[in-house]
Amino acid sequence: MKLPETIRAAFVIARRDFSATVLSKTFLFFLIGPLFPLAIGFGFVGIGAQVDRSSKPPPVAVIASDQDFGRLAAARERLEPLSDAVPLVELRHVAAEPDLAAQRSRLLSDNSRPVIAVLDGGLTFPHLTGAVTSKGRTARQIGLYVDEARRMAVERPSLGSPLYLTPTASTSGLEAFARNLTARFGQTLLFVLTIMLAGMVLSQLIEEKSSKVIEVLAAAVPVNAIFLGKLFAMLATSLVGIAFWAAIAASLIDLLKEGGLAALATPAVGWPAFLGFALLYFSMSYLLIGATFLGIGAQASTAREVQILSMPVTMGQLLLFGFAAVGVGEPMGAPAIAAAIFPLSSPFAMIARAAEQPALWPHLVAVVWQALWVALILKVAAAVFRRSVLKSGRSRGWKRFFRRAEGVEQLMVP
Amino acid sequence: MGERAIAAEARDLTKDFDGKRAVDGVSLTVPEGSITGILGPNGAGKTTCLRMMLGIIDPSSGSRSLLGHDRPLEVARQVGYLPEERGLYPSMPTSEAIAFLGALRGLPLKEGRRRALQLLKDAGHEDWAKRPIRTLSKGMAQTVQLLGTIIHEPKLIVLDEPFAGLDAINQQKLEQLIRDQAAAGVTVIFSTHVIAHAERLCERIVIIAEGRAVFEGDVNEARGRLRPIVHLRTRSADGPWREALPASARLVGGEWRFELPASGPEPLLKALIDGGAGIETLSIERPGLHDAFIAIAGEAAAREMGHVPNAEEAA
Repeated sequence: MKLPETIRAAFVIARRDFSATVLSKTFLFFLIGPLFPLAIGFGFVGIGAQVDRSSKPPPVAVIASDQDFGRLAAARERLEPLSDAVPLVELRHVAAEPDLAAQRSRLLSDNSRPVIAVLDGGLTFPHLTGAVTSKGRTARQIGLYVDEARRMAVERPSLGSPLYLTPTASTSGLEAFARNLTARFGQTLLFVLTIMLAGMVLSQLIEEKSSKVIEVLAAAVPVNAIFLGKLFAMLATSLVGIAFWAAIAASLIDLLKEGGLAALATPAVGWPAFLGFALLYFSMSYLLIGATFLGIGAQASTAREVQILSMPVTMGQLLLFGFAAVGVGEPMGAPAIAAAIFPLSSPFAMIARAAEQPALWPHLVAVVWQALWVALILKVAAAVFRRSVLKSGRSRGWKRFFRRAEGVEQLMVP
Repeated sequence: MGERAIAAEARDLTKDFDGKRAVDGVSLTVPEGSITGILGPNGAGKTTCLRMMLGIIDPSSGSRSLLGHDRPLEVARQVGYLPEERGLYPSMPTSEAIAFLGALRGLPLKEGRRRALQLLKDAGHEDWAKRPIRTLSKGMAQTVQLLGTIIHEPKLIVLDEPFAGLDAINQQKLEQLIRDQAAAGVTVIFSTHVIAHAERLCERIVIIAEGRAVFEGDVNEARGRLRPIVHLRTRSADGPWREALPASARLVGGEWRFELPASGPEPLLKALIDGGAGIETLSIERPGLHDAFIAIAGEAAAREMGHVPNAEEAA
């Protein structure tokens, strides 16, 4: 059958599959399904922040003179910029009482104003008592306070000017680091979408097998066209999902401007081209991995068999992602080039390259290369399907490797 | 066959499944505009032959051509096929399912929808149009699939066991549909294990038994393989007239049955009269396709098709 006729037949099958999927009630669950983890994630972030606020560790009571406590507090203030996410241990000044031991014991057991430890002895003989260890955060930080307070006590104030800052838009080091982050983000997004969506094609032929439609299809159009149609129908379905999720994500991005996606560096090829490549490489990745899955899934005759196949298939996807991730940061390195050449990891490697390198021609080469492999994989998958499921063609020794499940034999062989 | 063009042809088709030969050197020729029946018991290889002819599966050896093409899928637009295992998408509305089957064969969807409604209307089933396939009975779904088989107005229709699962009324409707298609110049090939359908519809038959085509030709030619049967009742129980009967003559319920001798009816009649048989009744019957099938395919094949009672049943 000629190519235009194959494409026409594939379109007929794709149109049927697409409308059957998108117009079904279960498609709504498909659309909102990925939003559940997001909602749960946001929920946990909120709860986490709440927990974080309420779980700040109690302060250390400092039994010291006003002068010593003032130095310790000043030392803590100087050290505070070094601590970003984890707050430094707070100090509470307590005036000394005659019976130090009794005061120490009372402070440690006071439930109305709880403290984690008691520091006494001033800067000369500092002594920390409490539920702390020498390598724990509280003891280490108190040790730093004491050292800094002592240094501040003996040094004169510096005569030099404070640090003078001249901000620039960017530097090569910062840009490389930031683009690396963008590359990883792009790669991860591509991977997550592919792993989430490409698995769907595993079960694509189950409906036809169980309803016996496969015989009608195979009598009217080539198996290549059936596979191509099914693959593109699922790609179109996935793109509908992605458009929906992107719309939801756009509002979230707006919420997350500070430190969120807006903080990503501009990719080397620019944002418009990068987003175009993201869509293109998602499609290529979907078609490549989907064609492989379709070929594997076509051998299954029941949903149970598809489930059994899902685990190794997911592991395979993880390996591909890992392979492509090794090259991020060194786009001209051997791992990055190898990942770009290996067809199944090529889209992941190339989206990272789009973030890191401005040249556009490698993308043209990559897309042609990937498209060739989609055609090749589909051809092989269709041939295996014809031989192993339809039991067509002349016998081959290797066909036993692809021998299908007993149920399918009963289904297809008259 | 005369000058008629060939619609479908198979030469020495062979198919092996995992080392087991399912079809063994089948050759057949289907003239354009004919109704050809492929007869044989279940498992004889009829469906495998049809699937090879249609290009669903490739033969292990041999060749086939459909409407003059070696690659059957190249003429898929001109072929309609009703598989033995009926297959429709359960959630699809009926008219859409018919239009989809047409679209697979190159009919534009819009035109397919129009024709689907018309076909349903002509068949008196307009009310099925919007019903999902899953709500139809098995017989109704079969009718829908049959309409999907002819929606694109094919030149050749291949029906695999089309009468299976239909009640008597729908079988009659299907027979009429096949006749109408043939009258319109469409070539029809159908497989069946019910000889009566083939006898009523076909001008040509192919008998397949154990993967081999044991007969291919006109129905009359198949019948012609057997000599006419003489049914004779005489007043005289014995006498010289008995010498006129062939050795294979059997007495069944007071009636003699035997093949008409090659010399024809006149010498037989003369010998009976001269021998004093006292002829009460004498009839000469042309054998039916059923008798021809038994003679050609053998009693075992006929028994598998349920046409000859086995010894136990007869007893």
